[in-house]
Amino acid sequence: MRMPVSAAIGLFFTALYFLAAIFADLIAPYGMAEIVGGVWDPVSADHWLGTDNIGRDLLSRMIYGGQTTIFIATMGTLLSFSVGSVLGFTAAVAGGWLDQVLSRFVDLMMAIPSLIFALVVLSVMPVTVPVLILVMGILDSTRVFRLSRAVAVDITVMDYVEAARLRGEGRGWVIFSEVLPNALSPLVAEMGLRFIFMVLFISTLSFLGLGVQPPLADWGGIVKENKEGIVYGIPAALIPAFAIATLAISVNLVADWILNRTTSVKGGRGG
Amino acid sequence: MHPILKLVAQRVALGILLLWAASVLIFVGTQILPGDVAQSILGQAATPQSLANLRAELGLNEPPVARYFAWLGGVLTGDLGTSLTNGRDIATAMGGRLWNTLFLAFWTALIAVPTAILLGLVAVRYQGRWPDKLISGTTLATVSVPEFLLGYIAVFFLAVQYRVFPSISTVYDSMSLGEKLNAIALPIIVLTLTILGHMMRMTRAAILNVMQSAYIETAELKGLGGFAVIARHAFPNAIAPVINVVMLNLAYLVVGVVVVEVVFVYPGMGQYLVDHVAKRDVPVVQACGLVFAAVYIGMNLLADVMSILANPRLRHPK
Repeated sequence: MRMPVSAAIGLFFTALYFLAAIFADLIAPYGMAEIVGGVWDPVSADHWLGTDNIGRDLLSRMIYGGQTTIFIATMGTLLSFSVGSVLGFTAAVAGGWLDQVLSRFVDLMMAIPSLIFALVVLSVMPVTVPVLILVMGILDSTRVFRLSRAVAVDITVMDYVEAARLRGEGRGWVIFSEVLPNALSPLVAEMGLRFIFMVLFISTLSFLGLGVQPPLADWGGIVKENKEGIVYGIPAALIPAFAIATLAISVNLVADWILNRTTSVKGGRGG
Repeated sequence: MHPILKLVAQRVALGILLLWAASVLIFVGTQILPGDVAQSILGQAATPQSLANLRAELGLNEPPVARYFAWLGGVLTGDLGTSLTNGRDIATAMGGRLWNTLFLAFWTALIAVPTAILLGLVAVRYQGRWPDKLISGTTLATVSVPEFLLGYIAVFFLAVQYRVFPSISTVYDSMSLGEKLNAIALPIIVLTLTILGHMMRMTRAAILNVMQSAYIETAELKGLGGFAVIARHAFPNAIAPVINVVMLNLAYLVVGVVVVEVVFVYPGMGQYLVDHVAKRDVPVVQACGLVFAAVYIGMNLLADVMSILANPRLRHPK
Protein backbone atom coordinates (compact mmCIF):
# COMPACT_ATOMS: atom_id res chain seq x y z
CA MET A 1 0.00 0.00 0.00
CA ARG A 2 1.32 3.44 -0.93
CA MET A 3 1.81 6.15 1.61
CA PRO A 4 -0.48 9.18 1.02
CA VAL A 5 1.23 12.52 0.30
CA SER A 6 0.02 14.13 3.54
CA ALA A 7 1.55 11.31 5.63
CA ALA A 8 4.81 11.55 3.69
CA ILE A 9 5.02 15.29 4.36
CA GLY A 10 4.19 14.70 8.01
CA LEU A 11 6.80 11.98 8.33
CA PHE A 12 9.42 14.17 6.62
CA PHE A 13 8.96 17.11 9.01
CA THR A 14 8.69 14.88 12.08
CA ALA A 15 11.96 13.19 11.11
CA LEU A 16 13.55 16.60 10.44
CA TYR A 17 12.68 17.87 13.93
CA PHE A 18 13.89 14.69 15.61
CA LEU A 19 17.17 14.69 13.67
CA ALA A 20 17.73 18.36 14.50
CA ALA A 21 17.12 17.52 18.16
CA ILE A 22 19.51 14.55 18.18
CA PHE A 23 22.33 16.32 16.33
CA ALA A 24 21.77 19.74 17.94
CA ASP A 25 25.43 20.00 19.00
CA LEU A 26 26.61 19.50 15.42
CA ILE A 27 24.23 21.77 13.53
CA ALA A 28 23.68 24.68 15.92
CA PRO A 29 25.89 27.55 14.65
CA TYR A 30 26.53 28.98 18.14
CA GLY A 31 26.47 27.74 21.73
CA MET A 32 23.20 27.56 23.67
CA ALA A 33 23.99 30.31 26.20
CA GLU A 34 26.65 32.15 24.20
CA ILE A 35 26.06 35.91 23.81
CA VAL A 36 27.04 36.75 20.24
CA GLY A 37 25.25 39.97 19.29
CA GLY A 38 23.09 42.89 20.39
CA VAL A 39 19.62 42.72 21.92
CA TRP A 40 17.08 41.57 19.30
CA ASP A 41 19.35 42.00 16.27
CA PRO A 42 17.36 41.61 13.04
CA VAL A 43 17.73 38.65 10.68
CA SER A 44 21.15 38.59 9.01
CA ALA A 45 23.56 36.21 7.28
CA ASP A 46 25.30 35.52 10.62
CA HIS A 47 22.06 35.06 12.58
CA TRP A 48 19.41 33.48 10.38
CA LEU A 49 16.62 34.15 12.87
CA GLY A 50 18.19 37.20 14.56
CA THR A 51 19.18 37.32 18.23
CA ASP A 52 17.13 37.08 21.40
CA ASN A 53 16.46 39.35 24.40
CA ILE A 54 20.05 39.23 25.69
CA GLY A 55 21.84 38.79 22.38
CA ARG A 56 22.00 34.99 21.99
CA ASP A 57 21.64 33.50 18.51
CA LEU A 58 17.97 32.62 18.14
CA LEU A 59 18.46 29.79 15.63
CA SER A 60 20.82 28.02 18.04
CA ARG A 61 18.38 28.60 20.91
CA MET A 62 15.58 27.13 18.80
CA ILE A 63 17.63 24.02 17.94
CA TYR A 64 18.72 23.41 21.54
CA GLY A 65 15.21 24.31 22.71
CA GLY A 66 13.78 21.72 20.34
CA GLN A 67 16.19 19.18 21.82
CA THR A 68 14.96 19.87 25.38
CA THR A 69 11.28 20.02 24.43
CA ILE A 70 11.36 16.87 22.29
CA PHE A 71 13.44 14.97 24.87
CA ILE A 72 11.06 15.79 27.73
CA ALA A 73 7.99 15.10 25.59
CA THR A 74 9.41 11.76 24.39
CA MET A 75 10.36 10.59 27.87
CA GLY A 76 7.00 11.72 29.24
CA THR A 77 5.17 9.83 26.47
CA LEU A 78 7.21 6.67 27.10
CA LEU A 79 6.50 6.88 30.83
CA SER A 80 2.78 7.49 30.36
CA PHE A 81 2.58 4.60 27.89
CA SER A 82 4.43 2.09 30.03
CA VAL A 83 2.43 2.97 33.16
CA GLY A 84 -0.92 3.48 31.43
CA SER A 85 -0.88 0.47 29.12
CA VAL A 86 0.44 -2.03 31.66
CA LEU A 87 -2.18 -0.96 34.21
CA GLY A 88 -4.89 -0.77 31.53
CA PHE A 89 -4.16 -4.29 30.25
CA THR A 90 -3.91 -5.62 33.79
CA ALA A 91 -7.30 -4.10 34.64
CA ALA A 92 -8.89 -5.60 31.53
CA VAL A 93 -7.34 -9.06 31.95
CA ALA A 94 -7.80 -9.31 35.70
CA GLY A 95 -11.27 -7.70 35.89
CA GLY A 96 -13.11 -7.76 39.21
CA TRP A 97 -12.14 -5.50 42.10
CA LEU A 98 -8.70 -4.60 40.70
CA ASP A 99 -10.35 -3.24 37.54
CA GLN A 100 -12.88 -1.30 39.64
CA VAL A 101 -10.26 0.26 41.90
CA LEU A 102 -7.99 1.30 39.03
CA SER A 103 -10.82 2.62 36.86
CA ARG A 104 -12.42 4.67 39.63
CA PHE A 105 -9.03 6.12 40.60
CA VAL A 106 -8.42 7.16 36.99
CA ASP A 107 -11.90 8.73 36.88
CA LEU A 108 -10.92 10.75 39.92
CA MET A 109 -7.57 11.84 38.44
CA MET A 110 -9.34 12.97 35.30
CA ALA A 111 -11.87 14.98 37.29
CA ILE A 112 -9.14 17.55 37.94
CA PRO A 113 -7.73 19.30 34.84
CA SER A 114 -4.12 18.09 34.25
CA LEU A 115 -2.61 21.58 34.12
CA ILE A 116 -4.23 22.58 37.43
CA PHE A 117 -3.12 19.37 39.14
CA ALA A 118 0.40 19.73 37.74
CA LEU A 119 0.57 23.29 39.12
CA VAL A 120 -0.64 22.09 42.53
CA VAL A 121 2.04 19.39 42.68
CA LEU A 122 4.80 21.65 41.32
CA SER A 123 4.10 24.18 44.06
CA VAL A 124 5.88 21.87 46.53
CA MET A 125 8.18 19.86 44.22
CA PRO A 126 11.57 21.10 43.04
CA VAL A 127 11.15 22.04 39.37
CA THR A 128 13.75 19.87 37.61
CA VAL A 129 13.61 17.95 34.34
CA PRO A 130 13.12 14.47 35.93
CA VAL A 131 10.33 15.79 38.17
CA LEU A 132 8.62 17.41 35.17
CA ILE A 133 8.79 14.17 33.18
CA LEU A 134 7.45 12.21 36.15
CA VAL A 135 4.55 14.59 36.85
CA MET A 136 3.50 14.93 33.21
CA GLY A 137 3.94 11.23 32.45
CA ILE A 138 1.85 10.08 35.40
CA LEU A 139 -0.90 12.66 34.84
CA ASP A 140 -1.14 11.69 31.19
CA SER A 141 -1.05 7.93 31.81
CA THR A 142 -4.72 8.17 32.87
CA ARG A 143 -5.73 8.76 29.24
CA VAL A 144 -3.54 5.88 28.02
CA PHE A 145 -5.09 3.69 30.73
CA ARG A 146 -8.60 4.37 29.47
CA LEU A 147 -7.71 3.66 25.86
CA SER A 148 -5.67 0.52 26.47
CA ARG A 149 -8.27 -0.87 28.86
CA ALA A 150 -11.04 -0.27 26.30
CA VAL A 151 -8.99 -1.93 23.54
CA ALA A 152 -7.95 -4.84 25.75
CA VAL A 153 -11.48 -5.53 26.99
CA ASP A 154 -12.45 -6.29 23.37
CA ILE A 155 -9.45 -8.59 22.95
CA THR A 156 -9.81 -10.54 26.19
CA VAL A 157 -13.13 -12.06 25.03
CA MET A 158 -11.47 -13.52 21.90
CA ASP A 159 -11.16 -17.29 21.57
CA TYR A 160 -7.36 -17.27 21.45
CA VAL A 161 -7.16 -15.52 24.82
CA GLU A 162 -9.60 -18.07 26.23
CA ALA A 163 -7.43 -20.82 24.76
CA ALA A 164 -4.30 -19.35 26.34
CA ARG A 165 -6.04 -19.18 29.71
CA LEU A 166 -7.24 -22.76 29.44
CA ARG A 167 -3.69 -23.81 28.57
CA GLY A 168 -2.83 -22.46 32.00
CA GLU A 169 -0.79 -19.41 30.99
CA GLY A 170 -0.22 -16.79 33.66
CA ARG A 171 -1.62 -13.26 33.64
CA GLY A 172 1.70 -11.71 32.54
CA TRP A 173 1.97 -14.06 29.57
CA VAL A 174 -1.60 -13.31 28.49
CA ILE A 175 -0.94 -9.57 28.68
CA PHE A 176 2.37 -9.52 26.82
CA SER A 177 1.93 -12.34 24.29
CA GLU A 178 -1.79 -12.25 23.51
CA VAL A 179 -3.20 -8.80 24.28
CA LEU A 180 -0.26 -6.49 23.58
CA PRO A 181 0.51 -7.53 19.97
CA ASN A 182 -3.15 -7.18 19.00
CA ALA A 183 -3.62 -3.83 20.74
CA LEU A 184 -0.44 -2.30 19.38
CA SER A 185 -1.73 -0.42 16.34
CA PRO A 186 -4.37 1.81 17.99
CA LEU A 187 -1.86 2.47 20.78
CA VAL A 188 0.82 3.60 18.32
CA ALA A 189 -1.57 6.08 16.71
CA GLU A 190 -2.55 7.34 20.14
CA MET A 191 1.11 7.71 21.00
CA GLY A 192 1.46 10.45 18.36
CA LEU A 193 -1.40 12.42 19.87
CA ARG A 194 -0.08 12.01 23.41
CA PHE A 195 3.37 13.18 22.23
CA ILE A 196 1.85 16.38 20.83
CA PHE A 197 -0.06 16.86 24.04
CA MET A 198 3.22 16.52 25.96
CA VAL A 199 4.91 19.12 23.74
CA LEU A 200 2.07 21.56 24.36
CA PHE A 201 2.03 20.72 28.08
CA ILE A 202 5.76 21.29 28.69
CA SER A 203 5.72 24.44 26.54
CA THR A 204 2.83 25.81 28.57
CA LEU A 205 4.53 25.02 31.90
CA SER A 206 7.79 26.61 30.72
CA PHE A 207 5.94 29.65 29.48
CA LEU A 208 4.36 30.04 32.93
CA GLY A 209 7.90 29.89 34.38
CA LEU A 210 7.22 26.54 36.08
CA GLY A 211 8.80 24.20 33.54
CA VAL A 212 12.34 24.08 32.17
CA GLN A 213 14.49 26.60 34.06
CA PRO A 214 16.99 29.00 32.43
CA PRO A 215 19.69 28.97 31.08
CA LEU A 216 18.44 25.71 29.52
CA ALA A 217 16.47 26.55 26.38
CA ASP A 218 13.09 25.15 25.44
CA TRP A 219 10.37 26.38 23.10
CA GLY A 220 7.96 27.58 25.78
CA GLY A 221 10.83 29.30 27.61
CA ILE A 222 11.94 31.11 24.44
CA VAL A 223 8.46 32.62 24.21
CA LYS A 224 8.66 33.73 27.83
CA GLU A 225 12.10 35.30 27.38
CA ASN A 226 11.16 37.23 24.25
CA LYS A 227 7.57 38.19 24.99
CA GLU A 228 8.41 41.81 25.83
CA GLY A 229 9.72 42.22 22.27
CA ILE A 230 6.23 41.70 20.85
CA VAL A 231 5.12 45.15 21.97
CA TYR A 232 7.99 46.69 19.94
CA GLY A 233 6.98 44.65 16.90
CA ILE A 234 9.81 42.10 17.23
CA PRO A 235 8.43 38.68 16.25
CA ALA A 236 11.13 36.58 18.05
CA ALA A 237 8.54 35.09 20.44
CA LEU A 238 6.42 33.90 17.52
CA ILE A 239 9.12 31.62 16.05
CA PRO A 240 8.52 28.80 18.59
CA ALA A 241 4.82 29.08 17.67
CA PHE A 242 5.70 28.10 14.14
CA ALA A 243 7.92 25.23 15.32
CA ILE A 244 5.33 23.80 17.71
CA ALA A 245 2.47 24.14 15.22
CA THR A 246 4.37 22.45 12.36
CA LEU A 247 5.56 19.64 14.63
CA ALA A 248 2.03 19.14 15.97
CA ILE A 249 0.44 19.06 12.53
CA SER A 250 3.14 16.72 11.12
CA VAL A 251 2.77 14.19 13.92
CA ASN A 252 -1.02 14.39 13.58
CA LEU A 253 -0.79 13.58 9.87
CA VAL A 254 1.38 10.54 10.56
CA ALA A 255 -0.92 9.35 13.39
CA ASP A 256 -4.00 9.73 11.14
CA TRP A 257 -2.34 7.60 8.49
CA ILE A 258 -1.38 4.85 10.96
CA LEU A 259 -4.93 4.80 12.33
CA ASN A 260 -6.47 4.59 8.84
CA ARG A 261 -4.03 1.89 7.80
CA THR A 262 -4.75 -0.30 10.80
CA THR A 263 -8.53 0.01 10.42
CA SER A 264 -8.25 -1.06 6.78
CA VAL A 265 -6.09 -4.04 7.74
CA LYS A 266 -8.86 -5.09 10.11
CA GLY A 267 -11.47 -4.69 7.37
CA GLY A 268 -12.56 -1.21 8.42
CA ARG A 269 -12.98 1.97 6.41
CA GLY A 270 -10.31 4.19 4.91
CA GLY A 271 -7.25 3.49 2.83
CA MET B 1 -40.36 9.68 42.07
CA HIS B 2 -40.10 10.54 38.40
CA PRO B 3 -37.27 8.41 36.96
CA ILE B 4 -35.57 11.45 35.46
CA LEU B 5 -35.42 13.18 38.85
CA LYS B 6 -33.88 10.05 40.28
CA LEU B 7 -31.24 9.96 37.54
CA VAL B 8 -30.41 13.63 38.04
CA ALA B 9 -30.23 13.20 41.81
CA GLN B 10 -27.85 10.27 41.34
CA ARG B 11 -25.58 12.34 39.11
CA VAL B 12 -25.53 15.23 41.56
CA ALA B 13 -24.68 12.91 44.46
CA LEU B 14 -21.91 11.37 42.37
CA GLY B 15 -20.58 14.85 41.56
CA ILE B 16 -20.43 15.79 45.23
CA LEU B 17 -18.62 12.55 46.04
CA LEU B 18 -16.16 13.23 43.22
CA LEU B 19 -15.53 16.76 44.47
CA TRP B 20 -14.79 15.45 47.95
CA ALA B 21 -12.36 12.88 46.53
CA ALA B 22 -10.74 15.63 44.45
CA SER B 23 -10.19 17.67 47.61
CA VAL B 24 -8.37 14.68 49.13
CA LEU B 25 -6.26 14.33 45.99
CA ILE B 26 -5.34 18.03 45.96
CA PHE B 27 -4.40 17.89 49.62
CA VAL B 28 -2.32 14.75 49.11
CA GLY B 29 -0.74 16.33 46.01
CA THR B 30 0.82 19.02 48.16
CA GLN B 31 2.04 16.54 50.80
CA ILE B 32 3.75 13.91 48.65
CA LEU B 33 7.12 15.60 48.77
CA PRO B 34 9.62 13.12 50.18
CA GLY B 35 11.17 15.78 52.45
CA ASP B 36 9.77 18.69 54.38
CA VAL B 37 7.37 21.20 52.79
CA ALA B 38 8.71 24.03 54.95
CA GLN B 39 12.27 23.33 53.85
CA SER B 40 11.27 23.31 50.19
CA ILE B 41 9.36 26.58 50.54
CA LEU B 42 12.19 28.44 52.29
CA GLY B 43 15.06 26.82 50.37
CA GLN B 44 18.52 25.83 51.56
CA ALA B 45 19.34 29.15 53.25
CA ALA B 46 16.58 28.81 55.89
CA THR B 47 17.53 29.18 59.54
CA PRO B 48 16.26 26.54 62.01
CA GLN B 49 14.17 29.23 63.70
CA SER B 50 12.34 30.31 60.54
CA LEU B 51 11.80 26.65 59.63
CA ALA B 52 10.21 25.99 63.01
CA ASN B 53 8.01 29.09 62.64
CA LEU B 54 6.80 28.08 59.20
CA ARG B 55 6.14 24.54 60.37
CA ALA B 56 4.00 25.87 63.20
CA GLU B 57 2.18 28.23 60.83
CA LEU B 58 1.44 25.44 58.33
CA GLY B 59 0.45 23.14 61.21
CA LEU B 60 3.06 20.61 60.06
CA ASN B 61 3.51 19.36 63.61
CA GLU B 62 0.05 17.79 63.47
CA PRO B 63 -0.65 14.51 61.65
CA PRO B 64 -1.74 14.88 57.98
CA VAL B 65 -5.22 13.48 58.52
CA ALA B 66 -5.98 16.06 61.24
CA ARG B 67 -4.63 18.81 58.98
CA TYR B 68 -6.83 17.64 56.11
CA PHE B 69 -10.00 17.74 58.18
CA ALA B 70 -9.09 21.13 59.63
CA TRP B 71 -8.63 22.41 56.09
CA LEU B 72 -11.84 20.79 54.80
CA GLY B 73 -13.81 22.16 57.75
CA GLY B 74 -12.49 25.64 56.99
CA VAL B 75 -13.38 25.33 53.29
CA LEU B 76 -16.93 24.21 54.10
CA THR B 77 -17.47 27.25 56.31
CA GLY B 78 -16.03 29.63 53.71
CA ASP B 79 -12.63 30.03 55.36
CA LEU B 80 -9.91 29.21 52.83
CA GLY B 81 -7.07 30.10 55.18
CA THR B 82 -4.49 32.87 54.88
CA SER B 83 -1.78 33.37 52.31
CA LEU B 84 1.79 32.56 53.43
CA THR B 85 3.42 35.34 51.43
CA ASN B 86 1.34 38.35 52.46
CA GLY B 87 -0.82 37.02 55.32
CA ARG B 88 -4.06 38.12 53.68
CA ASP B 89 -7.30 36.19 53.86
CA ILE B 90 -7.50 34.00 50.72
CA ALA B 91 -11.29 34.07 50.35
CA THR B 92 -11.42 37.89 50.13
CA ALA B 93 -8.42 38.08 47.78
CA MET B 94 -10.03 35.45 45.57
CA GLY B 95 -13.54 36.88 45.42
CA GLY B 96 -12.87 39.72 42.97
CA ARG B 97 -10.57 37.59 40.86
CA LEU B 98 -13.07 34.76 40.56
CA TRP B 99 -15.62 37.30 39.42
CA ASN B 100 -13.18 38.63 36.76
CA THR B 101 -12.48 35.12 35.49
CA LEU B 102 -16.18 34.29 35.25
CA PHE B 103 -16.75 37.60 33.44
CA LEU B 104 -14.13 36.63 30.85
CA ALA B 105 -15.47 33.07 30.51
CA PHE B 106 -19.06 34.31 30.19
CA TRP B 107 -18.32 36.62 27.26
CA THR B 108 -16.17 33.99 25.58
CA ALA B 109 -18.96 31.45 25.82
CA LEU B 110 -21.48 34.00 24.52
CA ILE B 111 -19.40 34.48 21.36
CA ALA B 112 -17.85 31.03 20.89
CA VAL B 113 -20.92 28.79 21.28
CA PRO B 114 -23.20 30.35 18.60
CA THR B 115 -20.24 30.78 16.22
CA ALA B 116 -19.18 27.15 16.61
CA ILE B 117 -22.69 25.83 16.01
CA LEU B 118 -23.22 28.11 13.02
CA LEU B 119 -19.87 27.08 11.47
CA GLY B 120 -20.73 23.44 12.11
CA LEU B 121 -24.04 23.86 10.26
CA VAL B 122 -22.33 25.61 7.34
CA ALA B 123 -19.69 22.87 7.16
CA VAL B 124 -22.41 20.20 7.02
CA ARG B 125 -24.40 22.11 4.39
CA TYR B 126 -21.36 22.38 2.11
CA GLN B 127 -19.85 19.05 3.14
CA GLY B 128 -16.77 18.14 1.10
CA ARG B 129 -16.78 21.46 -0.78
CA TRP B 130 -14.50 24.44 -0.17
CA PRO B 131 -16.37 26.11 2.77
CA ASP B 132 -16.20 22.81 4.68
CA LYS B 133 -12.52 22.28 3.87
CA LEU B 134 -11.63 25.87 4.73
CA ILE B 135 -13.40 25.70 8.10
CA SER B 136 -11.97 22.27 8.96
CA GLY B 137 -8.44 23.27 7.94
CA THR B 138 -8.48 26.51 9.92
CA THR B 139 -9.81 24.85 13.05
CA LEU B 140 -7.18 22.08 12.79
CA ALA B 141 -4.52 24.82 12.78
CA THR B 142 -6.00 26.59 15.82
CA VAL B 143 -6.13 23.41 17.91
CA SER B 144 -2.49 22.60 17.07
CA VAL B 145 -1.12 25.84 18.57
CA PRO B 146 -0.95 26.33 22.35
CA GLU B 147 -3.08 29.15 23.82
CA PHE B 148 -0.21 31.38 24.79
CA LEU B 149 1.24 31.40 21.28
CA LEU B 150 -2.18 32.17 19.82
CA GLY B 151 -2.26 34.99 22.37
CA TYR B 152 1.04 36.52 21.23
CA ILE B 153 0.12 36.15 17.56
CA ALA B 154 -3.06 38.09 18.33
CA VAL B 155 -1.08 40.73 20.25
CA PHE B 156 1.49 41.03 17.46
CA PHE B 157 -1.08 41.67 14.75
CA LEU B 158 -4.09 43.21 16.50
CA ALA B 159 -2.41 45.26 19.22
CA VAL B 160 0.99 46.18 17.77
CA GLN B 161 0.71 46.21 13.98
CA TYR B 162 -2.86 47.53 13.65
CA ARG B 163 -3.54 48.90 17.17
CA VAL B 164 -7.14 47.71 17.28
CA PHE B 165 -7.24 46.47 20.89
CA PRO B 166 -4.98 47.02 23.93
CA SER B 167 -2.30 44.34 24.48
CA ILE B 168 -2.75 44.28 28.27
CA SER B 169 -6.15 43.68 29.80
CA THR B 170 -6.31 45.85 32.89
CA VAL B 171 -9.80 46.04 34.34
CA TYR B 172 -11.01 47.79 37.47
CA ASP B 173 -14.41 48.38 39.01
CA SER B 174 -14.89 51.98 37.86
CA MET B 175 -14.72 51.03 34.16
CA SER B 176 -17.92 50.98 32.15
CA LEU B 177 -19.01 47.73 30.48
CA GLY B 178 -17.89 48.95 27.05
CA GLU B 179 -14.41 49.85 28.33
CA LYS B 180 -14.12 46.49 30.05
CA LEU B 181 -15.12 44.63 26.90
CA ASN B 182 -12.59 46.60 24.87
CA ALA B 183 -9.92 45.69 27.41
CA ILE B 184 -10.69 41.98 27.32
CA ALA B 185 -11.32 41.77 23.56
CA LEU B 186 -8.02 40.01 22.83
CA PRO B 187 -8.33 37.35 25.56
CA ILE B 188 -11.88 36.68 24.36
CA ILE B 189 -10.66 36.22 20.78
CA VAL B 190 -7.87 33.86 21.83
CA LEU B 191 -10.07 31.75 24.12
CA THR B 192 -12.76 31.61 21.46
CA LEU B 193 -10.25 30.31 18.92
CA THR B 194 -8.96 27.63 21.29
CA ILE B 195 -12.37 26.12 22.03
CA LEU B 196 -14.02 26.91 18.69
CA GLY B 197 -12.14 24.25 16.70
CA HIS B 198 -13.09 21.31 18.88
CA MET B 199 -16.68 22.45 19.39
CA MET B 200 -17.22 23.04 15.69
CA ARG B 201 -15.74 19.67 14.68
CA MET B 202 -17.90 17.78 17.16
CA THR B 203 -21.04 19.68 16.09
CA ARG B 204 -20.27 18.79 12.48
CA ALA B 205 -19.73 15.14 13.35
CA ALA B 206 -22.94 14.95 15.43
CA ILE B 207 -25.09 16.47 12.68
CA LEU B 208 -23.46 14.36 9.95
CA ASN B 209 -24.31 11.30 12.02
CA VAL B 210 -28.00 12.27 12.04
CA MET B 211 -27.91 13.18 8.32
CA GLN B 212 -27.69 9.48 7.46
CA SER B 213 -31.12 8.72 8.95
CA ALA B 214 -34.06 7.74 6.77
CA TYR B 215 -36.18 10.74 7.81
CA ILE B 216 -33.53 13.11 6.45
CA GLU B 217 -33.81 11.41 3.08
CA THR B 218 -37.60 11.74 3.27
CA ALA B 219 -37.28 15.46 4.02
CA GLU B 220 -34.93 15.87 1.07
CA LEU B 221 -37.23 13.88 -1.21
CA LYS B 222 -40.26 15.99 -0.32
CA GLY B 223 -38.29 18.96 -1.66
CA LEU B 224 -36.89 20.83 1.35
CA GLY B 225 -33.76 22.92 0.72
CA GLY B 226 -30.35 22.16 2.21
CA PHE B 227 -30.45 24.50 5.22
CA ALA B 228 -34.10 23.77 6.00
CA VAL B 229 -33.39 20.03 6.29
CA ILE B 230 -30.46 20.66 8.61
CA ALA B 231 -32.15 23.30 10.76
CA ARG B 232 -35.57 21.64 11.05
CA HIS B 233 -34.81 17.91 11.02
CA ALA B 234 -31.13 17.22 11.68
CA PHE B 235 -30.20 19.81 14.31
CA PRO B 236 -33.02 19.09 16.82
CA ASN B 237 -31.99 15.43 16.83
CA ALA B 238 -28.32 16.22 17.21
CA ILE B 239 -28.88 18.61 20.10
CA ALA B 240 -28.00 16.16 22.91
CA PRO B 241 -24.43 15.44 21.73
CA VAL B 242 -23.96 19.11 20.80
CA ILE B 243 -24.95 20.28 24.29
CA ASN B 244 -22.55 17.75 25.74
CA VAL B 245 -19.68 19.01 23.59
CA VAL B 246 -20.46 22.63 24.40
CA MET B 247 -20.40 21.96 28.14
CA LEU B 248 -17.18 19.96 27.96
CA ASN B 249 -15.51 22.80 26.07
CA LEU B 250 -16.74 25.31 28.59
CA ALA B 251 -15.13 23.11 31.24
CA TYR B 252 -11.94 23.18 29.20
CA LEU B 253 -12.18 26.98 29.23
CA VAL B 254 -11.25 26.77 32.93
CA VAL B 255 -7.80 25.49 31.97
CA GLY B 256 -7.35 27.76 28.98
CA VAL B 257 -8.15 30.77 31.11
CA VAL B 258 -5.10 30.15 33.34
CA VAL B 259 -2.64 30.61 30.50
CA VAL B 260 -4.50 33.37 28.69
CA GLU B 261 -4.77 35.45 31.86
CA VAL B 262 -0.99 35.29 32.25
CA VAL B 263 -0.46 36.38 28.64
CA PHE B 264 -2.69 39.42 29.00
CA VAL B 265 -1.91 40.17 32.67
CA TYR B 266 -5.62 39.91 33.45
CA PRO B 267 -6.37 40.01 37.19
CA GLY B 268 -8.22 36.68 37.42
CA MET B 269 -7.95 33.31 39.15
CA GLY B 270 -5.41 31.87 36.72
CA GLN B 271 -2.91 34.65 37.25
CA TYR B 272 -3.45 34.33 41.02
CA LEU B 273 -2.74 30.57 40.92
CA VAL B 274 0.38 30.81 38.74
CA ASP B 275 1.86 33.67 40.82
CA HIS B 276 1.47 31.70 44.02
CA VAL B 277 2.78 28.43 42.60
CA ALA B 278 6.00 30.30 41.78
CA LYS B 279 6.08 31.68 45.36
CA ARG B 280 5.34 28.20 46.77
CA ASP B 281 2.38 29.59 48.69
CA VAL B 282 0.76 26.23 49.45
CA PRO B 283 -2.54 27.37 51.08
CA VAL B 284 -3.37 29.64 48.12
CA VAL B 285 -2.49 26.91 45.62
CA GLN B 286 -4.68 24.39 47.45
CA ALA B 287 -7.60 26.82 47.53
CA CYS B 288 -7.24 27.73 43.85
CA GLY B 289 -6.87 24.09 42.84
CA LEU B 290 -10.05 23.24 44.72
CA VAL B 291 -12.00 26.09 43.12
CA PHE B 292 -10.83 25.12 39.63
CA ALA B 293 -11.65 21.45 40.28
CA ALA B 294 -15.09 22.43 41.61
CA VAL B 295 -15.88 24.48 38.49
CA TYR B 296 -14.59 21.71 36.22
CA ILE B 297 -16.55 18.97 37.99
CA GLY B 298 -19.61 21.22 38.11
CA MET B 299 -19.48 21.83 34.36
CA ASN B 300 -19.10 18.12 33.62
CA LEU B 301 -22.01 17.39 35.94
CA LEU B 302 -24.11 19.99 34.14
CA ALA B 303 -23.20 18.37 30.80
CA ASP B 304 -24.39 15.01 32.15
CA VAL B 305 -27.65 16.39 33.52
CA MET B 306 -28.42 18.36 30.36
CA SER B 307 -27.87 15.38 28.09
CA ILE B 308 -30.26 13.38 30.31
CA LEU B 309 -32.83 16.17 30.03
CA ALA B 310 -32.34 16.44 26.26
CA ASN B 311 -33.09 12.75 25.74
CA PRO B 312 -36.83 12.40 24.97
CA ARG B 313 -36.77 8.67 25.77
CA LEU B 314 -35.81 9.49 29.36
CA ARG B 315 -38.14 12.49 29.55
CA HIS B 316 -41.24 10.50 28.63
CA PRO B 317 -40.82 7.01 30.11
CA LYS B 318 -43.22 4.30 29.01
